[in-house]
Amino acid sequence: MYGMVSGMSADTLIIEQVNKIFQAPTGNVMALKGIDLRVRKGEFITLIGPSGCGKSTLLKIVAGLDTSYEGNVLLNDKPVSGPSIEKGFIFQEPRLFPWLTVEKNIAGNLSLKQAAVRKKVDEFIELVRLQGFEKAYPRELSGGMAQRVAIARALLRNPDVLLLDEPFGALDAFTRSHMQEVLLDIWQNNRTTMLFVTHDLDEAVFLGERVVIMNPRPGHIRSILPIDLPFPRKRTGSSFQELRTKVLREFEKVEEPEFDTGAGI
Amino acid sequence: MLQEGISKGAVAIPAEPMRRQKRIDRRFLIKFTNALIGWMVPLVIVMVWQAAGALGWLNPILLPTPLAIWNELVHLTSTGELIQHLGISSWRALLGFLLGGSLGLAAGIWVGFSYKAERLVDPSLQMLRTLPHLAIAPLFILWFGFGETSKILLIAKGSFFPLYVNTFLGIRSVDNRLFDVARVLQFSRWDLILRLIVPASLPNIFLGIRLSIGVAWLGLVVAELMGSSSGIGYIINDARSFSWTTVVFVGIIVFALVGKLSDSLVKWLEGRLLRWQDSYKGGDKS
Ligand SMILES: Nc1ncnc2c1ncn2[C@@H]1O[C@H](COP(=O)(O)OP(=O)(O)OP(=O)(O)O)[C@@H](O)[C@H]1O
Ligand SMILES: [Mg+2]
Repeated sequence: MYGMVSGMSADTLIIEQVNKIFQAPTGNVMALKGIDLRVRKGEFITLIGPSGCGKSTLLKIVAGLDTSYEGNVLLNDKPVSGPSIEKGFIFQEPRLFPWLTVEKNIAGNLSLKQAAVRKKVDEFIELVRLQGFEKAYPRELSGGMAQRVAIARALLRNPDVLLLDEPFGALDAFTRSHMQEVLLDIWQNNRTTMLFVTHDLDEAVFLGERVVIMNPRPGHIRSILPIDLPFPRKRTGSSFQELRTKVLREFEKVEEPEFDTGAGI
Repeated sequence: MLQEGISKGAVAIPAEPMRRQKRIDRRFLIKFTNALIGWMVPLVIVMVWQAAGALGWLNPILLPTPLAIWNELVHLTSTGELIQHLGISSWRALLGFLLGGSLGLAAGIWVGFSYKAERLVDPSLQMLRTLPHLAIAPLFILWFGFGETSKILLIAKGSFFPLYVNTFLGIRSVDNRLFDVARVLQFSRWDLILRLIVPASLPNIFLGIRLSIGVAWLGLVVAELMGSSSGIGYIINDARSFSWTTVVFVGIIVFALVGKLSDSLVKWLEGRLLRWQDSYKGGDKS
């Protein structure tokens, strides 16, 4: 992160001039317009913006789940052509397999009979605090518990890039703050590149090295604010509050038509 | 007295196991009552029927009393005749069901997976599906004679379609959002089938199996009535020509019981394999 050599691209993820139009019988919706974003390897990016501004759409494009768009998305200098293990995805909803128990959902296509898998699954069940529910079916879980299973499933695979779509939205304040710590730990230990969508201003400032602010109609990046605070961060600190206010002000500002995004950095 | 026993027990044993014991009793009672409710309607009908017969209101040739039918059942069972014919019938139904059902399952999976296959074969299969047994049976007899082959093929033809249609439907109704999960986790094609599509369409497949078994029995009756020298259908047909109405009734009852039994078996299996399902079980289920 610190030894950036100029002239060589240290960006692991490059999003260039991405446009996305949804064709619907009721008319076409321009979900994304002119998205440009370069993410360094091991960087923690938080994406924030009002509902319907295309956050999920952008994440799905990066994941390779949606390939019908204009523009370029490059991961490690190669165009993204489909989903892969190195791109982990945590969906906005848990999306568990209802016929599998918690531990089998986390294991997915890995076999629990292998000692290494077993050990890792148990480790992650403990990490997301679901001990005692290993054998429970999804219908027996609360929304927040189900979401934690989905988080464990993605984390277990230790991806290079983790795409998270409002992963902590269904969690209570305490579990949420615990999961934020867990995620930061994993990020610092594994140098995972994070693209984290959230509705929560505090969360965006608490986690992100840069906060990307998006606006709707059509979905575009309004500005990108660096959060120059060392980890672990304190929510109560005055510099944290200052930055939080700065992001908030960015939202409240009336947008000028040809405002050059990123110029404020 | 019961009251006394419980209060005495409460003194001797700690409260916790006692309560669990009571709960099990209650659960058993609920199950028992539920079973009883199911039997209430037929029981009343049989009682009214027996009373009407005993009063001489019914012609015994057309409608013998339940008691007379029961006696016939006991008699036929004791001679071993009934068991022997039932064995033959069950064997035919089983073979026909296995043949037709497995082909239906395979075809359903194939067509379910491929849009091209659907376009290619589904229209023809749908056309064949509506052909009634009675229209096909003479042709089968012409081709394969009166032997076992034509009977089993007739049963197989019936069993094929419910499994085909429901397997196809099950595969096509797999949640697309779970497909995305499978793609993100990089499931192989094999994983996709075994870990997503099969479990997701299992409820439909089970429905298909139950319907197929029902149709298998139906085909069996048609096949055995058309021409046969053994099996429950033969017994019924034979008794009809001699106006042994009690035997006809015994045959019908045996068909009903075996049909119900096979259905219960599949339902039990379904309950075990689909424990994960979370669906509406009726508003007044206690
Ligand atoms: N499959 C689709 N077909 C048509 N339009 C779609 C589809 N998916 C999304 N859209 C549209 O694209 C826009 C962006 O949707 P998206 O789900 O990306 O929003 P979001 O920022 O994730 O919102 P939220 O915060 O509520 O999750 C919305 O206007 C939505 O109506
Ligand atoms: Mg969204």
